Amino acid sequence: MSNPVFQPSHFTAVVLFALFASIVFGITQRETPRRMVRYGIYCFVLFVGSAIAISWLMFLIAR
Amino acid sequence: MQYSQKGMATVENKNAAANSGSQPSSQSGAPSGAKTGAKPGAQQGFVYLPLIAGWLVPGAGHFLLRKWGRGALLSGSILAMFLLGLMMQGKLYSNAHEVLDILGLAGDLGNGLLYIASQILGLGAAQTQTTIADYGTRFIVVAGLLNVIAAVDAHNLRTGRKS
Repeated sequence: MSNPVFQPSHFTAVVLFALFASIVFGITQRETPRRMVRYGIYCFVLFVGSAIAISWLMFLIAR
Repeated sequence: MQYSQKGMATVENKNAAANSGSQPSSQSGAPSGAKTGAKPGAQQGFVYLPLIAGWLVPGAGHFLLRKWGRGALLSGSILAMFLLGLMMQGKLYSNAHEVLDILGLAGDLGNGLLYIASQILGLGAAQTQTTIADYGTRFIVVAGLLNVIAAVDAHNLRTGRKS
């Protein structure tokens, strides 16, 4: 029996990474549930936003 | 000139007054749990149990402390990240001949029993051949690092450093 294989696109991999890391950061770095959610969302937006920004930067440099 | 905080409205004096009436508890100036904001009685028992349990099994440290919601989210996130890493044909570091391998192995070891079980079962690729497999390797390493953060958080909850 072969192991299941997951072949996401690069963007899907970025979103999944950002999602899981943001959940852990939010829970561990803040104390109240409200602040955990806010910080988690903040981290997620920064992860995905910076990935998109750097991707565009590399695209423009390569042209 | 000697400076004394005795009688001032510091956290230490407030807690001492609450615990033993008007008698201050730390005359010698030795560090106490109240100084760091720890809850009274939070230091009883083996304080490293949530840290060790959280490292061995993701989320177990929070479950021990009856933080069910936080534990479930941490456990789900770390497990999902680790399993997705394996499904993406990520590599499990098993030796440390180079500096980068040492760092990767340290990250993988953060997964605790997941890493040991995966090694025993022979999961994970020996070498990464595609970009996605390289991402999978990073997923596994980061899952281990996040698990260490979660275990330290459980320890902080146990000692009363965090509420």
